[in-house]
Amino acid sequence: MERPLTERIRPGETNWLADYQKAGGYEGLKAALKMTPREVQEVVKQSNLRGRGGAGFPTGLKWSFVPLGDDAPRPKYLIANGDEMEPGTFKDRLLLEGDPHQLIEGMIISAYAIQAEVGYIFLRWAYKKAEHVINKALAEAYQAGLLGKNILGSGFNFDLYLHTSAGRYICGEETALINSLEGKRANPRAKPPFPQTSGLFGKPSIVNNIETLCNVPHILHHGPDWYHSISHSVDGGTKIFGVSGKVKNPGLWELPLGVTLREVLEEKAGGMREGLKFKGLLPGGASTDFLTEQHLDIKLDYKGVEQAGSRLGTGTMIVLDDQTCVVGMVHNLEQFFAQESCGWCTPCRDGLPWTRNILWTIENGQGKMEDLEILEGMTKTLAPGNTFCALAPGAMEPLQSALKYFREDFERHIKEKRCPWRS
Amino acid sequence: MVTINIDGKNYQVEPKNNLLQTVLSLGLDLPYFCWHPAMGSVGSCRQCAVKKYADENDQKGRIVMACMEPVVDGMRISLNDPEVKKFRENIIELLMTNHPHDCPVCDEGGECHLQDMTLMSGHNYRRFEFNKRTHNNQYLGPFINHEMNRCIACYRCVRFYREYAGGRDFNVFASRNRVFFGRYEDGVLESEFSGNLVEICPTGVFTDKTYKKHYTRKWDLTTAPSICHNCSLGCNIIAGERYGAIRRIASRYNGKVNGYFICDRGRFGYEYVNSDQRIKEPLRRGQASGQLEPVDVSTAFEFVKNIVSKKGKILGIGSPKASVESNFALQKFVGKENFFAGVSGPEHRLTLKAMDIMQNGPSNVPSLKETEKADVVLVLGEDVTNTAPMLALSLRQASRVKPMELPIKMNIPTWHELAAMELIQDERGPFFVLTPSETKLDDVATATYRNAPDNIARMGFAIAHEIDHNAPAVEDLTEEEKKLAKQIADELVAAKKPLIVSGTSLLNEKILEAAANIGRAIDKKEKIANLFFVLPEANSFGLAMLEDKALDQALQAAENNKYDAVVILENDLYRRLPASEADRLLNSAGKVVALHYLQNQTTEKADLVIPVGPFTESDGTLINNEGRAQRFFQVFYPQETIKESWRWLAGFMEDNGLVGEDELVNLDDLINAVVSDYPAISAIKEAAPGSQFRINGQKIPRASHRFSGRTSINAMCRSANQNHRKMQILPCPLPWKATMDRCRRPPCRVSGTLAGIRYRLLISFKLKLAADCMAVIPAYVCLNRAWKMNLIILKKCRPCSKHKKTTGWPFRSICFTAATNSAVLRPALKN
Repeated sequence: MERPLTERIRPGETNWLADYQKAGGYEGLKAALKMTPREVQEVVKQSNLRGRGGAGFPTGLKWSFVPLGDDAPRPKYLIANGDEMEPGTFKDRLLLEGDPHQLIEGMIISAYAIQAEVGYIFLRWAYKKAEHVINKALAEAYQAGLLGKNILGSGFNFDLYLHTSAGRYICGEETALINSLEGKRANPRAKPPFPQTSGLFGKPSIVNNIETLCNVPHILHHGPDWYHSISHSVDGGTKIFGVSGKVKNPGLWELPLGVTLREVLEEKAGGMREGLKFKGLLPGGASTDFLTEQHLDIKLDYKGVEQAGSRLGTGTMIVLDDQTCVVGMVHNLEQFFAQESCGWCTPCRDGLPWTRNILWTIENGQGKMEDLEILEGMTKTLAPGNTFCALAPGAMEPLQSALKYFREDFERHIKEKRCPWRS
Repeated sequence: MVTINIDGKNYQVEPKNNLLQTVLSLGLDLPYFCWHPAMGSVGSCRQCAVKKYADENDQKGRIVMACMEPVVDGMRISLNDPEVKKFRENIIELLMTNHPHDCPVCDEGGECHLQDMTLMSGHNYRRFEFNKRTHNNQYLGPFINHEMNRCIACYRCVRFYREYAGGRDFNVFASRNRVFFGRYEDGVLESEFSGNLVEICPTGVFTDKTYKKHYTRKWDLTTAPSICHNCSLGCNIIAGERYGAIRRIASRYNGKVNGYFICDRGRFGYEYVNSDQRIKEPLRRGQASGQLEPVDVSTAFEFVKNIVSKKGKILGIGSPKASVESNFALQKFVGKENFFAGVSGPEHRLTLKAMDIMQNGPSNVPSLKETEKADVVLVLGEDVTNTAPMLALSLRQASRVKPMELPIKMNIPTWHELAAMELIQDERGPFFVLTPSETKLDDVATATYRNAPDNIARMGFAIAHEIDHNAPAVEDLTEEEKKLAKQIADELVAAKKPLIVSGTSLLNEKILEAAANIGRAIDKKEKIANLFFVLPEANSFGLAMLEDKALDQALQAAENNKYDAVVILENDLYRRLPASEADRLLNSAGKVVALHYLQNQTTEKADLVIPVGPFTESDGTLINNEGRAQRFFQVFYPQETIKESWRWLAGFMEDNGLVGEDELVNLDDLINAVVSDYPAISAIKEAAPGSQFRINGQKIPRASHRFSGRTSINAMCRSANQNHRKMQILPCPLPWKATMDRCRRPPCRVSGTLAGIRYRLLISFKLKLAADCMAVIPAYVCLNRAWKMNLIILKKCRPCSKHKKTTGWPFRSICFTAATNSAVLRPALKN
């Protein structure tokens, strides 16, 4: 099984430029620079690479909206979204710390494909090691003529900078990230217009997830057909899956898209710890719907998870066992989302704290049956399209699915006037 | 025109606005908070949700925010779909989770947008059982009170203060449900437009501190449409009174002048009306004491009669702050040859010069609102933030006109504020400020030029020469100056709507000439330049229409001819002339009669002081800097000794047989007399409806409909029980009535049967969306490109009726049913 993204990574070590090049690094860039930007976009389109940040938008298609040619507004920007703050998600950290040049190469190729002059790596503030690693790798790349003016003699110029965030979850939303990068409040922007036409400083911009960008060099190096061949799904390539929670062997694994949930959970993560039973999981981070026992055999690709009523999201799962209180867990998640709302739109700003408060009272045995109605109403009020961005609808996903699958647990709290999981 | 379907009914609408505005213009009710017609859409409050259907067969539809939706042909929406109604109710419920229930003690009460919208959306039962979040309030200076707990985070304040008005010391801080709107620390707000926060805020976070100081409930105010007297722009205001004191000033929407806003000077500069220094009864210099002593009205009349009956010659000195009618009455009283404008000679001649350029010179004279549309702005010598603050606000909007071409090119509608601002970023249009010192508009300027007034004029001539080489050239310019002149000239020629702003404040005639030359040069390029001149005072234009002669000639006349008395109208000569000259004038002109509302140096020297009403206690007409005549109306009737200046003067004339009995009794008579003597300004008659104006046989209530439940009634229209027989006031000689009481049916009603609630709601006082008939009857007329008012009185005046269609702004269309304007002409001035 091929693991293009992670096969070079050794835990605790970093591949610097020499190691990376020895393992075939920057070959994809050389291939790309021989093509026209449109051809590069076409190759990525054919590979059917989809965004790994959560939404799963086809990357090649996203790029194609950027105006090309001489009369396009300048400068154009490419931004790597490394603001990995989704609870339960830690996949980009591995890529950033272990193999920074993979990202840099991916960014140069992507920038070439959209003819961007300037790039930013927007990094989560807590990733101190990654910050150090990227800074060093950027210096190496500049030294080697891989960044800056006239890259590898191709005439293409690209400057890449690292920006460490001030630490807000909402900065993971691409337009809020752009505002933050401009030095403004990290409020999301209205879409349309999309960043592809009016992004950073009002210029055409592309925001891609770290993992997405790391796929690009391999697609260019080995071609789209190879990329399809390493997947078990119509979606091309591999995906880094992660499992956290009370399993025997929590961690990250790069696996072909389309492996089954059971395979990841039982073979890779080793199943539940002794004495615990599997109850459910959030398949792609905190802002996805719960999946339960009945869904264990679904294929982990974008379509498969969607059909099961959830989203592939970031592909990093949080496992819930039968000894953990689901109300407490959802309360904890809503606490996070209420905390991270930017405060721009009403449903999110005022709806999430209320949701959190109700969950807190239920968890502490003071809930009422009417509270469940309010919670259900909230999942409708904060549905996609009703709020300004996807934060609040994302926050509603674990809640609405918990109410669907684990309603009894909520009712037990209310009837027993205490949390049954607490002694 | 496109057709849209709302709840199964087709409407023809213009597709230029967003859906929310379109729906409101149709007279339909839809609650909203963050949208504001002057500031566009940002989609933050999520209150204006409607159901949008993909096509004819779509039964389910999806919820969209009307403010963020463009209007497209064939679109089908629903306002009353149960799901979307429920959603709007839920949003209000969320907004109210943290809102204190302090309406009974809140200054906003009675005019609260949030109250109205809550009622409209149908949220009336509280399910939120937790603690409310609380904030600390800040000291924001003497004008604005801060009560953050009431905040519903609509972001209007910060958008107005920073983006619209260019302030820097106010912002939004923190995040989630703890967002805080204020300054980074306590302190006085620096913006000249901070008072608008009071009106922009949909609830009581920002309230008027001066109003709070002498607080009264909003519905107990007696109000009248008025005109700001603080600069030459003539912004429209509403003045509110209770128990004989002015309690507050609010802006009054006028789509040609100030739009929705007024400056802080206009809003908070009213306290002199309530001052201890007010002159409340006639004062005569006692022969024994040599001091001014109160006397009764008949003594004052005798005093004047004594002078007139001896065939005494009287010198009259007018005022650029007093109304056309008062100045006219004085002129008529003393005779034209003895009347002088109460302004220093240089200033008056500059005003005449500016008027001459406006009337006979090149170019177009835009209205204040039109200046917002200019794509290239040249400010020649005028620090507009100080001399005409609202113009600075307009010019700030103009600086965005050129950059806004980019969003338009990219199919981003201009009302989509959020997207447009992100695209244009800090880009500002060609904007040049040529002034002697720094101005507050420098931050949007492309280039600034600092030099002495004469050199600014030279630059002006140089620019004109660059545009048209036949215009006189200027020698000895430095390379930099040449470059700048060339740059400005090129931009002006390339502009679609070039605007040159200048004025009289530097007392430099050459600057005006230079501005005129630039206008003339641009006109030659087959373009129309816009020339906007700032004049010294509220009625400088009106006074100059009546009189060419100024104080220097008055001094000469006083010293050469033997005058028995001088009558000074609402003026202080010591602020117009050097003290020595003022002394000479007063000493050489015999008895001194001063008509004024406040004690000043001139009244101290007077032999007789007549108590007159300031703008709140009198009616009259002002002509603003662009030649627009606007009427202001008496807010309340003060104690009986205080009358309008023109009423006193008309009384003197009648008393001395100079006019026939009952010839000049009320304002209508005065205006008719002005018109017959000065046909050039006959349009002042059309500035507002006369005293006989009625709708449905009713006077127009001055209180808005929602104020129908006043707690007590201040009997405004008192019976004519006056001390002096000469000056009986006919009961309420105005087209207004004081309150909603006994108003069987409001003549101008906005109906709304909302959410099953029986209340008939007005959409919003804040936006003057049909709230007050008073607010929307246009009390203005433009002499400049004159307007003729055509009063059409409909049997059933339902201004916001669905039949009105979208003929533009709801506000404009509302009472135009009752009073429609059509354009006449500018040459009316050229006589």
